[in-house]
Amino acid sequence: MNNLLIRGALVIDPSQNIEKRMDILIENDKIVKLEKNIPSAESTFIIDAEGLVLTPGFIDIHTHLRDPGYEWKEDIESGSLCAIAGGITSVCCMANTDPINDNATVTRYIIEKAKQVNLCDIFPVGALTKGLKGEEIAEIGQMVKAGIVAVSDDGEVPRDSKLLRNAFDYVKSFGIPILCHSEDKTLSTGGQMNEGYLSTLLGISGIPPEAEEIGTIRDIMIAKLTNAHIHICHVSAEGALKIIEKAKKEGVKVTCEITPHHFTLTENNVKTFDTNTKMSPPLRTAKDVEACKEAIAKDIADIIATDHAPHSKDEKMVEFSNAPYGIIGFPTLLPLSLTLVEEGILTLSKLVEKLSFKPAQIINRKDIGSLKPGQRANITIFDPEEEFILTEEMISSRSKNTPFLNQKLKGRVKLTVRNGRIVYNNL
Amino acid sequence: MEHLISCENVTKEETEEIINLAFKIRETIREGKKKFKALRGKCIINLFFEASTRTRTSFEKAGKFLSADVINISASASSVKKGETLIDTVKNLDMMHPDIIVLRHACEGACNTIIPHIDASIVNAGDGCHEHPSQALLDTMTIVENRENLEGLNVVIAGDIVHSRVARSNIILLKKLGANIFIFGPSTMMPRYPEALGVKVLSSFEEVAKIADVLILLRIQLERLNAKKVFPSLREYATFFGLNKNRLKMLKKDAIIMHPGPVNRGIEINNDVITSPKSVIFNQVENGLAVRMAILTTICGKKNKLLEELNA
Repeated sequence: MNNLLIRGALVIDPSQNIEKRMDILIENDKIVKLEKNIPSAESTFIIDAEGLVLTPGFIDIHTHLRDPGYEWKEDIESGSLCAIAGGITSVCCMANTDPINDNATVTRYIIEKAKQVNLCDIFPVGALTKGLKGEEIAEIGQMVKAGIVAVSDDGEVPRDSKLLRNAFDYVKSFGIPILCHSEDKTLSTGGQMNEGYLSTLLGISGIPPEAEEIGTIRDIMIAKLTNAHIHICHVSAEGALKIIEKAKKEGVKVTCEITPHHFTLTENNVKTFDTNTKMSPPLRTAKDVEACKEAIAKDIADIIATDHAPHSKDEKMVEFSNAPYGIIGFPTLLPLSLTLVEEGILTLSKLVEKLSFKPAQIINRKDIGSLKPGQRANITIFDPEEEFILTEEMISSRSKNTPFLNQKLKGRVKLTVRNGRIVYNNL
Repeated sequence: MEHLISCENVTKEETEEIINLAFKIRETIREGKKKFKALRGKCIINLFFEASTRTRTSFEKAGKFLSADVINISASASSVKKGETLIDTVKNLDMMHPDIIVLRHACEGACNTIIPHIDASIVNAGDGCHEHPSQALLDTMTIVENRENLEGLNVVIAGDIVHSRVARSNIILLKKLGANIFIFGPSTMMPRYPEALGVKVLSSFEEVAKIADVLILLRIQLERLNAKKVFPSLREYATFFGLNKNRLKMLKKDAIIMHPGPVNRGIEINNDVITSPKSVIFNQVENGLAVRMAILTTICGKKNKLLEELNA
């Protein structure tokens, strides 16, 4: 029997309201005990985690692993390595691969490869519509059978509202959420950065926050109409958050996420034309950043997700308007999220909830996101105080496209356990 | 001055120095002297990814009059057609040790993108809708020539402000020199946040006529916008926003009219305006050559050498 005893860490498990120094015993792939002072005789392998924080493994429900089709940007192995180094034990990967994950064959390929790599849970997200074209509903049932946990046309937006209504209605029968990239692309067309003071000065074509707001209202209205569960991805605009808040009060089944870059950076970071500050939705204003933080504090934003979007240097070393949208997010998830605790926006326990328990609920996974005995042993241990400079060498992703490169960050992952096995050790 | 990328980084003093030098150069050229030794041994590459007549010829002549070796590259004839990236193209050219690369490119920030990769100085000859600083310097020179003091002067820029690098550079530079800047045109061509540029939007030609000491007309950039989406027809634009004989009469007596060229006759401007005594459009072109000579000389650190020649 394989066992592992981790002693002395500050255990934070929002699913059980636990926040105290405890020991945790793992046998094979399960958590078996979570108690004070578990005798060392109970395990052959003991890890001393004194002074560190131990939480359920982080779950990132918005990522792009680029496999199949864009393996020069990322593949399932490099993406998994990068995730576990960021304390992330489960990732949902979006469907915009090549071929697109709009059928069970591609879903099975991803799941099979994830099994071979075997470093973290990989839950594929299927396309909502065939080819992400917004014209016909994809074979969602077949994909659910093959293992998708959600559907999304992320990156693309179905423009046909009638089709969207049918798709939302259809998805309901399978009990999975729809992850919405909410945007009116006819309004944002050609936009490269937030439409605001800075885009006016730089002459760069803007993406008005209203494009996000219109998309959000439309998707929420269709959710209301169909009673489907929608989860709005990467909310970045104050106005969109207000719309979501109102919908939640009215009982619409809507959840949402905010990315660390959207609650950390503003459009001012674009001033140098650094292509690593180009993403969709774009970095917005300081007021939007404040609204994002407030939404996180008030639980309008249910979870934090990275929108990990690897692009190679070759693709990003171009003119700003020719660069692809997106940045990687795994290496900075923990340190950027911890700043919210440091700023008093939310407690450490609340943060952990938004990084583990809540995302597990959104994708309906009961086997992860908690440290209850009997759960699969997915665990993250980190030092909230350790400072480090993020270098390219530390990033296992095939791509290094992050504006936080060579910057000092605080809060470092020390150990990641997945299915009872240590997959990342930086102790 | 190491590079000339944006008017944001040009001080009032630097502007005055360049313009004063340019006046001296122009005077000497008018006297018939067209060859100076100041940049002998220097190499300048004009790298143009967009069509250009005035700016490119002007930079080429500027370099040649100063005895620099000038190489002209246009995108259609370069490896860009073979798929080479901007950074690679410029890096390769940089390995041939030019002193200055003059770049025109359709993307905002193209100069900023390449600076970290090369040793040569960069002169921005227009980057997308961002800036065109040498145009602003020559426009400033033209205004100074007519008005001397820019403090409190009312400058109206009319046309497609949103997509105009000429407008952006002029606004930044002229404001530094104390001018008040106003903009005018169809609302679809006005920025959503004019206050970001520190300008006021005028709503009628009557207002423009009443206020303008200097009226800069911009070209309707047919290649940059699907015109139909921002205004219904060229005829309608000309009717409501173009400058014509009647509107010319409404302007202040001593107002001057400028245009960066090329003009769209019958749209934003017509023959009556071009040939009117208020028009300084062709002076702008002449000043452009002198200003660019001054810019290249200043960046190469040869100002004193050129002054010696000019004073000789």
